[in-house]
Amino acid sequence: MKISMTSVFVNDQRAAHAFYTDVLGFETRHDLPIGDDFWLTVTSPEAPEGPELLLEPAGHPAVKPYRDALMEDGIPLAQFSVEDIEAEYARLSGLGVVFTQPPTDIGEGIVAVFDDTCGNLIQLIEMKPEA
Amino acid sequence: MADIFRALDDETRRLILDDLSARDGQTLFEICTMMAMRHGLSITRQAISQHLGILESAGLVVTEKRGRSKFHYFNPGPLAEINERWPHQKET
Repeated sequence: MKISMTSVFVNDQRAAHAFYTDVLGFETRHDLPIGDDFWLTVTSPEAPEGPELLLEPAGHPAVKPYRDALMEDGIPLAQFSVEDIEAEYARLSGLGVVFTQPPTDIGEGIVAVFDDTCGNLIQLIEMKPEA
Repeated sequence: MADIFRALDDETRRLILDDLSARDGQTLFEICTMMAMRHGLSITRQAISQHLGILESAGLVVTEKRGRSKFHYFNPGPLAEINERWPHQKET
């Protein structure tokens, strides 16, 4: 069994597509209209055969209270790994991305948390080489 | 003033104040991460939330909503009351 896809809810799929590709740098894998919505997935150029991230419409009434509560407490809904977190922090901040937590050493790695502008917080992690 | 002493009479709450004074303005998630990863404490998010409530009611922590997240700040103001009540006198 493999994890081939995971998802985050997004307020607006077109705006989410722009953020996840233009700002974060992911690549479009699927973008198919389904009714008023889209089957919209992205992958990392560093792992084109890796898991797809589905940018899923947030229309269900349970989504808002669920995400509002997590957002208030600063809890991220997905985690992406990076080679150099300070460089990503500088690059994304320069593009206007808002971080709720700057790069923070937690021992095993360095983490940071940003707002994806689509209703989610996302954690970045740079793992330290194993000693 | 009793609230200040009650709030300070707990090692976890003192660690929370240490972390906030080192880097002010943290979400609950970040405080929980620091307690678990940096201080090696196994403590639930609910318990940390209660500790923050006690610190907040003593005025040692204040919160501010920025965007849609809530951030916690260390407020040393009430600690000055201790010094005012028992001022440190230098020996001459």
